Amino acid sequence: MSIDLSTKYLGIKLAHPLMASASPLSVTVEGIQRLEESGAAAVVMPSLFEEQILHEEQEMQRLYEFKSESFAESLSYFPEAEEFRSAPQEYLTTITEAKKKVSLPVIASLNGCSVGGWTSYAKLMQEAGADGLELNVYFVPTDPQMSGTDVERRYIDLVASVRQTVSIPLAVKFGTNFSSVPHFAQQLADAGATGLVMFNRWLEPDIDLEKLQITPNLVLSNRYEMRVPLRWIAILREHLSISLAATSGVHYAEDLIKLILAGADVVMMASALLKYGPETLGKLREDLRVWMEENEYESVAQMKGSMSRANCPQPSELERGNYMKALVSYTAPMDI
Amino acid sequence: MSERQFVTVDGNDAVTHVAHQVSEVIAIYPITPASPMGELADAWSSVGRTNIWGVVPDVVEMQSEGGASAAVHGAIQAGALTTTFTASQGLLLMIPTMFKVAGELTPTVLHVSARTLATHALSIFGDHSDVMSVRSTGWALLAANSVQEVQDMAMIAHAATLKCRVPFLHFFDGFRTSHEVNKIEQLTTEDIRAMIDEELVVAHRMRAMNPDRPVLRGTAQNPDVFFQAREACNPFYDAVPRIVQETMDRFAKLVGRQYHLFDYAGDPQATRVIVMMGSGAGAVEEAVSELNRRGEKVGLLKVRLFRPFLTEAFLAALPKTVQKIAVLDRTKEPGAIGEPLYQDVATALVDGWQAAGGGALPTIIGGRYGLSSKEFTPSMVLRIYEELAKPAPQKRFTIGIVDDVTNLSLRWDPDAFSEPADVKRAVFYGLGSDGTVGATKNSVKIIGENTPLHAQGYFVYDSKKAGSVTVSHVRFSPREIAASYLVDRANFVACHQFNFVERMDMLSAALPGATFLLNSPFGPNEVWDQLPGEVQQQIVEKKLKFYVVDALEVARNAGLGGRINTVMQTCFFAISGVLPPAEAIGEIKNAIKKTWGRRGEAVVQKNFAAVDASVAGLHEVNYPQTVTSSRKRLPSVFGDVSDFVQRVTSLILAGKGDLLPVSALPVDGTFPTATAKVEKRSIAQDIPIWDASICIQCGLCSLVCPHAAIRMKIYGPASGNGKPSGFVSTPYRGKEYVDQLLTIQVAPDDCTGCGVCVDVCPAKSKEVAKHKAINMRPKMEHLERERASFDYFLGLPDLDRTTVKSDTVKGSQMLEPLFEYSGACAGCGETPYVKLMSQLFGDRALIGNATGCSSIYGGNLPTTPYTVNRDGRGPTWNNSLFEDIAEFGLGLRLAVDHQRVFAMHLLRELSGEIGGDLVESLIQAPQLTEDDIQTQRNRVAQVHQCLAQSKSPAAARLRPILESLVKRSVWIVGGDGWAYDIGFGGLDHVLTTGRDVNILVLDTGVYSNTGGQASKSTPRGAVAKFASAGKPARRKDLGMLAVSYGSVYVAQVAMGSNPAQTVRAFHEAESYPGVSLILAYSHCIAHGINMETGMTHQKDAVNSGFWPLYRYDPREAHEGGSPFHLDSRKPKVPFKEFAMQEARFAMLSRSDPEGAERLFKMAQQDIDDQWNYYEQMASVKRALATESDEVKS
Repeated sequence: MSIDLSTKYLGIKLAHPLMASASPLSVTVEGIQRLEESGAAAVVMPSLFEEQILHEEQEMQRLYEFKSESFAESLSYFPEAEEFRSAPQEYLTTITEAKKKVSLPVIASLNGCSVGGWTSYAKLMQEAGADGLELNVYFVPTDPQMSGTDVERRYIDLVASVRQTVSIPLAVKFGTNFSSVPHFAQQLADAGATGLVMFNRWLEPDIDLEKLQITPNLVLSNRYEMRVPLRWIAILREHLSISLAATSGVHYAEDLIKLILAGADVVMMASALLKYGPETLGKLREDLRVWMEENEYESVAQMKGSMSRANCPQPSELERGNYMKALVSYTAPMDI
Repeated sequence: MSERQFVTVDGNDAVTHVAHQVSEVIAIYPITPASPMGELADAWSSVGRTNIWGVVPDVVEMQSEGGASAAVHGAIQAGALTTTFTASQGLLLMIPTMFKVAGELTPTVLHVSARTLATHALSIFGDHSDVMSVRSTGWALLAANSVQEVQDMAMIAHAATLKCRVPFLHFFDGFRTSHEVNKIEQLTTEDIRAMIDEELVVAHRMRAMNPDRPVLRGTAQNPDVFFQAREACNPFYDAVPRIVQETMDRFAKLVGRQYHLFDYAGDPQATRVIVMMGSGAGAVEEAVSELNRRGEKVGLLKVRLFRPFLTEAFLAALPKTVQKIAVLDRTKEPGAIGEPLYQDVATALVDGWQAAGGGALPTIIGGRYGLSSKEFTPSMVLRIYEELAKPAPQKRFTIGIVDDVTNLSLRWDPDAFSEPADVKRAVFYGLGSDGTVGATKNSVKIIGENTPLHAQGYFVYDSKKAGSVTVSHVRFSPREIAASYLVDRANFVACHQFNFVERMDMLSAALPGATFLLNSPFGPNEVWDQLPGEVQQQIVEKKLKFYVVDALEVARNAGLGGRINTVMQTCFFAISGVLPPAEAIGEIKNAIKKTWGRRGEAVVQKNFAAVDASVAGLHEVNYPQTVTSSRKRLPSVFGDVSDFVQRVTSLILAGKGDLLPVSALPVDGTFPTATAKVEKRSIAQDIPIWDASICIQCGLCSLVCPHAAIRMKIYGPASGNGKPSGFVSTPYRGKEYVDQLLTIQVAPDDCTGCGVCVDVCPAKSKEVAKHKAINMRPKMEHLERERASFDYFLGLPDLDRTTVKSDTVKGSQMLEPLFEYSGACAGCGETPYVKLMSQLFGDRALIGNATGCSSIYGGNLPTTPYTVNRDGRGPTWNNSLFEDIAEFGLGLRLAVDHQRVFAMHLLRELSGEIGGDLVESLIQAPQLTEDDIQTQRNRVAQVHQCLAQSKSPAAARLRPILESLVKRSVWIVGGDGWAYDIGFGGLDHVLTTGRDVNILVLDTGVYSNTGGQASKSTPRGAVAKFASAGKPARRKDLGMLAVSYGSVYVAQVAMGSNPAQTVRAFHEAESYPGVSLILAYSHCIAHGINMETGMTHQKDAVNSGFWPLYRYDPREAHEGGSPFHLDSRKPKVPFKEFAMQEARFAMLSRSDPEGAERLFKMAQQDIDDQWNYYEQMASVKRALATESDEVKS
């Protein structure tokens, strides 16, 4: 039996649902090529950060201004380079070069949390040839006066603003810290998102006990983290027609299968690829095919969402937050 | 053919525009004020800009100007079209080669931004003393007087040299022309191509050294033929003036500007004429126009081609009616009959005046003006013409100063001349850090390039590297602007920093009815009461239109931080009326986009926001018609000061040094030390405040402070009277001083607010981790208390040096710094080492200081940071040159040693009077410890007492040299530009002498003082000027070169990484009775780092193996000892990780990522290889021959 592994993400047809998410593996053209060779259906490039763009602009400006025109013998301290490849420019070059060398879709990624001039890079990414854009939104509120609605408004405004500047598909990657993920997801879709990527894994702070300094870092995901997207994709699937991508904690074929069953259009991987190498992608695709074969599924389309909240046998289990003794029903419901 | 553009550029830019296009090889070396020419040439070549033949000129940096000139010599000998740029001492270093180049009749052009030669003092400013020193080399000397002329004469020189074969030196006034921004018509590439005769280029190639047509040049000749051969070149020199004139004519035909060998301006029937060359001609022309208008028959003869001097052309250009001539020289030749141009003019007149149809020989007088960029104004010129009108004018004179010693100066009326009213003049007072100069240059460009008006900008900087004040002088005129002097009558005065109103007299430059724009935190209704009486008085008397804007607030709101330049620029255009405001704002925005566009949209948008908000924040002040403030401006000096400081230094500090007469100044350049402390510049916004409760008393804050503005003292509880209430102390915790108190005290008016002390402070509060034992706090909240505390602190007794364990970090900081409050950059990485040296050995130190940052913050007037202790002892300091300080320092040691030997000889001769025991103990004194030294000082005092009444000749001889018996500490200080490059030959020689000198290399890995050019210490992969594409070669390992001699003590230190090793190395170096070399890692603004964390950043420099710490002590090189100690651990941080924290490296990964990757990889290999080598060195056993190890002392 031939099995159809293809899927659609952001309106783009993919050979199978396994994508490489943003990670150091997709920084360079060579890295993107290797991911393609290893079997990725599509690649998301690491984010270009609002903070980075603004910081870099400011730093270069300050570098040239610092101590310049202050002392007669040294009116400047650095040669003025006629051409600077700033991080954004390099990023755009990578998109263009990658698109020349690979045939898989390349999704560019932009990270930020406020509407501003920096979002013009979305357009430049489109012009550079990106097949889609992933807007990676991250905002940590610290002001008690700022409400959840205020926070959500920032996200929505940003998505709407970027949506206006580009015509390519726009995915939004966000975190779980919202009081109503479904409501928020719906708003994102209404603002123009063509896909949601669930979920962002944040850089978390740590404390260096020797230096007494906060040292943020990112640890690789573990496989059980996939249960969070599993829940929310299962819940959202019936409400949203836009693409849903699962990410976080996908290490083995079982994880991938479960997420597709829950309703994910695609599954994105990073930690496992960093840990075991990009070749894992090929292995997982094969494992998926074997599992489908053994379980007599014809296509990914067929299995996708078959265990969503709407379609699974015990939807209430998706809503359960705490352990408790399973509620056993001794009778059939009254009306049946 | 493309259209010629009007551009607004400075003189250096104008020269390089031509020189880069007509050269194939350009050999360069940095020297102020010529450096920008080399920098531009290097930058243009590095981005592939081509010459007129479509090839990128090869730009090479050499180790000195001597090297550059020799490289030029080689390149022209091998047939390349070659040029170089220099000034002052650099030109002197080229002289030997210049004779050769001329002797071989080789065409080339040397562009010189003429600068004062160092005599009684160094000066970076302009005069012709350098150019006049090369008159005899056989080079043609061609003068340009303005920015436009600089471009034009550069072109004429390059074209003419090819035809003449005589090399050309093209010169123009340093700073006044090299750095003046003016509107000029720029030559197109087609123009330049049209001026260069390809056949002459071919001829040059055909004369070149070529093994296919071998020749022999550079022979040695004997008395039989040398003389004749020397005369053989005469026809070529005879032809030069004609060829230059032809070239000028050709240029005029092409471009429209006609020059002559001598250009006359003024009344054709003039009876009184000034003859001169250089930018001062601009001032003279203005005066001549005025006098001609008044009907006076005066004129100016501008000398273009000074060498070869064509008498006929000179006489032809001079009106036959002339009766009196004043020849002005911008140089001084002590002892000469007159200065060079005067002598030539006199000779020319004697030679040919009558033959040329002149009548009686005119009276010729000679005057000096403008030395070291001294102002030269039309008012002075009027006075010279007035002098000429006298029946017996003064034969030799000076103008521009008051000479009350030899009475040579002409007294002039500064108000005798007024500039035409349609020339709008503005003066802007700002800080270096607020961007005033940049914005003003921008304004000049806006006007110059977008309107029919002509625009001129000239910028004056003070000598400080932190908190430096800038004054921008700007003119806008419907005509070309020739005024080559500062604006002293302005229609517009802007003060960009409010606290300047307290410190300087800005409004004396304001014309009645002028506009005064003040950046003020006080609004239009409050500001008046905040002004000192003197300022109010000027505003009222001159009826100034007075505006305020809170530029800091506007800039901050726009996200520009403290960068107020855009705000002030907008306000200037809004109220000055130079352009219609709406048009001006559009142009400012265009300029912002042009200047900053490539840095990113955010930068542009922030500046746009500032522009838009500026006008709304601008308010006119309605002020009362009377002075209401009784407050006076702050004095220029503080504290008890000497008579000299009061008479001289205070005036220089007040910006009135021009008023000092000759008699006020030392005859030989000798100045008192201990003067930085009178300044109290109070430039910090935040200062460190001590929290005694958590201080661990380590002394690190004091050690790293670049300005000795945070200090530590240990003293008895009973010390001092009148303790101020806010003074903080805490019991001293160490065991060596029981029941004593400790205070860490900031000098609030001397601190620059760099924050380095806080960054290194290891003590953190247990409750609030960010709170340290010292914390930066707003100065104004603490000023009063800390001022009182610091005064009290200074009065507390210092510890007895003999009790201090100065070989520890903490101990070293218990010693009084004898280097304090320098003008170095905030957070400077060099000065903490100099200060440490002053603490440990300053009371017996002689310092020879190579030119560079350390000589500028060490010895640039008005003050010096070198100071004295309570006994009046302290470092004695001198700066010889850039290239020779190792030898100079050796000379100091030779003199001291000889005096010691002679003193011992005399002691023995006088042992009858002094006593044999005392004599022997003086001679045999070990002097290894502070105690030994103190004991020796006591013995010396005893001898003085013994000999007080002695009339013997031996006693008279002994007295002035007796102190040499107390151990002297000779220090040779300089940067890597000196040690690795220009001074290496001398340094290398001194290393071999075995004499007891200590060489301290403040190694920033770059020419810091001249703005960051690469040296041989610049690491591979670092971007620097002259290495725009990243330094391709590995850093020179100077330390190991010295180690190879075996007998030199060598230490490589980084205070921020291992302060204990630094202190130890200083002690070992000083105690080693031979040559010692300390290479001290000095972070620098030219690294592109956050200077606040400069010291902690040094840890990464060491941890990455970029800067390994080691000490090589020859005293251990015997009997199988291992003299090389590797003091740092195996590298654990990858080079790239360290490098990417510094913009000098990070820039390359932006401008050339592939190149960066390659160079960084090689740099890592350098580090690995070096570490491997050092590790092996650490186990190498050495046994030096004892005889060669014996030190002559």
